[in-house]
Amino acid sequence: MNNAQIEIQLIASLVAIACAIPGTFLVLRKMAMISDAISHSILPGIVIGFFITQDLNSPLLILLAAFTGIITVVLVEYIQKTGLVKEDTAIGLVFPALFSIGVILIAKNANDVHLDVDAVLLGELAFAPFDRLVVSGVDIGPKSLWVIGTILIITIGLLIAFFKELKVSTFDKGLAASLGFSPAIIHYGLMSVSSVTTVGAFDAVGAILVVALMIAPAATAYLLTTDLKKMLWLAIGFGVLSAISGYWFAHWLDASIAGSITTMLGLIFLLVYLFAPNKGVIAVMYRNKQQQIEVSLLTFLLHLKNHTDERERHVNHLQEHINWQKVRAKTVLDLALKNNMIVRDKNIISLTEKGKLFTSKAIDYIITNEDTQIEDMKDDFFLFRG
Amino acid sequence: MDLQEYFSLVFSDYTLRTITLGTAVLGAVTGMLGSFAVLRKQSLLGDAISHAALPGIAIAFLITGAKDSNTLLLGALVSGLLGTFWIRGIISKTHLKSDTALGLILSLFFGFGMLLLTFIQKQPNANQAGLDKYLFGQAATLVESDVWMMATVTGICLFVLLLFWKEFKILLFDADYTKTLGFNTKFIDILITTFIVLAIVLGLQTVGVVLMSAMLLAPAAAARQWTNSLAKMVFLAALFGAFSGVFGTAISSSQNNLSTGPVIVLVAAVFVIFSFIFSPSRGLLFKQIRFIKNRRDLELHKTLAFMHQIAETHENISHPHAIKILNNFQGFTKGTLQKLVKKNYVTLQGNMWSLTEEGFNTASNLYNQQANNE
Repeated sequence: MNNAQIEIQLIASLVAIACAIPGTFLVLRKMAMISDAISHSILPGIVIGFFITQDLNSPLLILLAAFTGIITVVLVEYIQKTGLVKEDTAIGLVFPALFSIGVILIAKNANDVHLDVDAVLLGELAFAPFDRLVVSGVDIGPKSLWVIGTILIITIGLLIAFFKELKVSTFDKGLAASLGFSPAIIHYGLMSVSSVTTVGAFDAVGAILVVALMIAPAATAYLLTTDLKKMLWLAIGFGVLSAISGYWFAHWLDASIAGSITTMLGLIFLLVYLFAPNKGVIAVMYRNKQQQIEVSLLTFLLHLKNHTDERERHVNHLQEHINWQKVRAKTVLDLALKNNMIVRDKNIISLTEKGKLFTSKAIDYIITNEDTQIEDMKDDFFLFRG
Repeated sequence: MDLQEYFSLVFSDYTLRTITLGTAVLGAVTGMLGSFAVLRKQSLLGDAISHAALPGIAIAFLITGAKDSNTLLLGALVSGLLGTFWIRGIISKTHLKSDTALGLILSLFFGFGMLLLTFIQKQPNANQAGLDKYLFGQAATLVESDVWMMATVTGICLFVLLLFWKEFKILLFDADYTKTLGFNTKFIDILITTFIVLAIVLGLQTVGVVLMSAMLLAPAAAARQWTNSLAKMVFLAALFGAFSGVFGTAISSSQNNLSTGPVIVLVAAVFVIFSFIFSPSRGLLFKQIRFIKNRRDLELHKTLAFMHQIAETHENISHPHAIKILNNFQGFTKGTLQKLVKKNYVTLQGNMWSLTEEGFNTASNLYNQQANNE
């Protein structure tokens, strides 16, 4: 590993962390698409800033472009407030228009601007180490490392200072307002940080892939935990993991680093989406199945409780009466037997004491419309789940 | 070339005619289907789908090695559909919200597409140049067969739209009712979504991945302001879309260095802004005018009511009072007083006003709904 490789990985990891922090809050506040809008609409800001400063890494350019990001948010909110269109339409209208202005500005001045749309949207991390920051003759590292490092430090500082406020206003706007934190200030603060991060990172990973780094780690983390602090740490972890593994994947394929980082993010998300312990697709499907069988079991027990007649409690009769298929009936029967809810005596089934208790409690809950309580009760009664 | 020259050339020049027709047809079909996307609150779905189509284009190229636009668009269609259904999977199976799902699929697919594109560029194959036109679109690369393709798809769209008009409409406005009527909502839903994806994919070559969503939304959002009827909205959106295409092409070809896609989007944006401001029933301008008029009416009523209150305390309702006792707080201005005089509710004598019989009766019935409705 040579020096440039280490620097690239360092920059990528810092970008990942700087994106994951605002990204977590954007995902929680259901504003993920705003980051997409910002990442597109900063283009005119970057172009105009570039006309003025002639330097892609100048702080003025970053501020100007970030300001365009804020304008986007304000415009979206204004259009939404007029009630003429829905919020998502407002987002979808504003950013392509601003982006088009940016593209046209670049195209009209193509001769005197060393800036091209691909570079802004896609970035090229591989070149980042060549643009060095030289202070009084001493080379102190790549420029983008300093840019993103500064942004990251500011973001972390703000996060620590306003963690409590952010947390309250994210989960309970009303409470935040009544406690005296202005939700508007926090909202625009978050938007500003997101804009600045997007602008700071576009040089390295490109504006669109900033969106991936903001949303994907946070969404992946959200599938694994519901604790805000853990979610932040997990998001940062996923971001850095995919930044580094993405770099080596790109190295191996000889393709775009930003693209392969995103691909890694996608793979991690896919894995978590499928296999997350509680909220993954497989877990959800398994739980649905379990619920289905347990509901069947309850139906079955209720039937037994209602009928004392031996004929009604005969195994064969059960099949035709409740209209279950053989396999299903057998699963339910086995489950009931395993949990000691019923006893089986020559194909005649009767409830045990435990089964009776369970059923009457369940009926109570159903009558009083507290069906959710049945879930808790199941933990007390069931030795084996469906 | 200036605009005049453009319009004289548009019928004779092959390239110009093809591009103009292409963008017009594209605008019409996206406007038509975009109306459904906007009304279904799936505006940003277009953005996600157009980005999600990118890896499909790259993979189609990797498999066939040819740059035939129909094959590439087929790849785009498949990956766009895949993205759409994954978005639905995320929303329905996990607790992630729709915005997160859209943003995720959009950025992840796009990033993967970029990876593939850069990978293709490094391949020892001279054929790959020009794939990146799908990023920002290049209307200039349209040929006649592309336009025929668009026209065919538009025809099919129109046919299906007319065939399932009733179903689409009812699903749009009351999904539960549709289900209880026994329609297969899932099928209708998939059908309309597939057509939206198809329209997006068609436009990729012309306006590109990044700006495609605006083509879908802007004409529909503009059309929505002018009417409350679905049929009229779809028609208007198609019209706006087609005009954005034609004007956009005209403007961009009249100047150097002006790419067509962004100009079309900006023209569509102008349509939107115009509709937002000047639409008679919903527009901001007329809303503001109505607002001011209502406020004036209210002030008039307030003054009249106040006068009525005073007049009530006297035996003779036309007993004169000094104008001085009226003040701003009761909504009084010189203008309102003049209006009251004009309506014959009040008579003025020097510095004194007095209520007429008619004014008194109107004032006492002011808040009586039945009297007002007459």
